[in-house]
Amino acid sequence: MNTARVGDKLPELVIPITAVQIVAGAIATQDFENVHHDRAAAEAAGTPDIFMNILTTNGLVGRYLTDWAGAAARIQRIQLTLGIPNFPGDRMTLNGQLVALEGSEAKIEFKGRNSLGNHVSGIAWLRLKGATTRAD
Amino acid sequence: MGDNNSLYLEGKQVVAPPTMLQMWTFRDVHGKYAPGSTDQDTYEVLTRFNEFGFSGSVAVSYDQTYHNYLAEGDLVHSYSTISEISDLKSTRLGEGCFVTELAEYYDANDVLFGEACITYFKYRIPEKKPGKVSKIEPPKRISPVENHDSKHFWQGLRDGKLLIQQCQQCGTLRHPPQPMCEACQSLRWSTIESTGKGSIYSYTVMHYPEIPPFDYPNAIVLVDLDEGVRLVSQLRGSEPENIAIGQRVQAWIEPVQENLSLPIFEVIKA
Repeated sequence: MNTARVGDKLPELVIPITAVQIVAGAIATQDFENVHHDRAAAEAAGTPDIFMNILTTNGLVGRYLTDWAGAAARIQRIQLTLGIPNFPGDRMTLNGQLVALEGSEAKIEFKGRNSLGNHVSGIAWLRLKGATTRAD
Repeated sequence: MGDNNSLYLEGKQVVAPPTMLQMWTFRDVHGKYAPGSTDQDTYEVLTRFNEFGFSGSVAVSYDQTYHNYLAEGDLVHSYSTISEISDLKSTRLGEGCFVTELAEYYDANDVLFGEACITYFKYRIPEKKPGKVSKIEPPKRISPVENHDSKHFWQGLRDGKLLIQQCQQCGTLRHPPQPMCEACQSLRWSTIESTGKGSIYSYTVMHYPEIPPFDYPNAIVLVDLDEGVRLVSQLRGSEPENIAIGQRVQAWIEPVQENLSLPIFEVIKA
C-alpha cells in the first residue's frame, strides 16, 4: 500500500444477501437472536423477513477494508451506523474512500447500499503497515 | 464473511479478525455464558425493558477500538456498562429508547485489548393490522402529474423523444409545458424534437440524505438546450468536483421505471 493516496477509492464489493448467509453469519458470530434465523419471529417483531445482524455487517466491513489494505494492515477502529436492514434476496454494494493519510495511519469512509437504501455507513482507522500488535 | 486475509489463515501464529471482538463473550446457543462468568443477569436493564413491553431490539450504531489482535490460546473476559438511555423516541419501528452500552475486553493478563460502544433501539413492537402482508419493495421515483397540458412531454420521453413545445402562431419555444404562449398568448401549439445537446447553466449536488432510488452523489443540472430552452434533470458519470458551468452535455432518454422515462445528461467528452 506504499502508493496509497488521499482520495483513492477502494474497489467496489458486491455481496449477494441470502437467507443462508444471514443465518450463517448470525450463528458464526454467536448471535442467536431469533430475528436473524426465524422468519416467523422476524415478522412477529414487525419486520418483513429475517435480517443481517450487526456483527456480520461488521465482519464484512472488516473484510472489505483488508481486502484493499492487505495482510500487513491492522484495523484500529471501526465506527459504523446501521440504516436500512439487509434482507434476503437483496445485494449490498460496498464502497469506500481514503479520506486522510498521515504516515501509515489511514482514515477510510465506507458505505454499503442495498436496493432499499443505505445499510451501513461509517469511518475506519487503519495502520497500513508497521503494525505493533502481537501478530507481528 | 468470505474473508481470506492471510493474517487470519496462514503462518505460525494466526490471529483472529478484530471484528470478532464482541462475540467472544456472547452467550451460547443455550443462553449460557462461558464457565467462570457471573451468574447475575448482566443485561438486567434490557430484561426490564422487555418486561415493560419494549421487547423489540435492533442495533443502531457501533464504535469499536482494537488495541491488540487476539491469537490462539488467548483467554478473554469483558465488562459492560450501560452508559446512556435516551428519552422515549418515536421511529419507523415504533416507540422506544436508545440504549448505549460500553464494553471493555481484557486478555488473561488484564490488558485491555478492545473497546466497543454499541447503541440499540429497544422498542414496543406495534400491533399488526389483521390481513396486512408485509412486503419488501424498493422505493420508486414519484410519478409526475400528467395532464392535458403536459402529457405530450412524458409520452414523448416514453417514445424516446425529448419534445419542446412550440407556439404555432409566433414560433416561440417553451419549457416546461404550459397551455399559453408567453410571447403572443396563443393557445395553439405543436412540438419539435430536441437533439438533447446543451450546456450546463447551473447545477447542484444532493449529498444528504441519501434516499433510493436515486444515484449518489446525485448531481442535478439546469441545462441550456441548444434549441433555446432550459431543462432540469440528472447528470450522470461525473465526479462532483469535475462538474462545471458551461460544460457541454448530451441527454440520453432512458426508462427508469415502468411508465417513466427521463432525459439523463452526460458530459460530452472532448
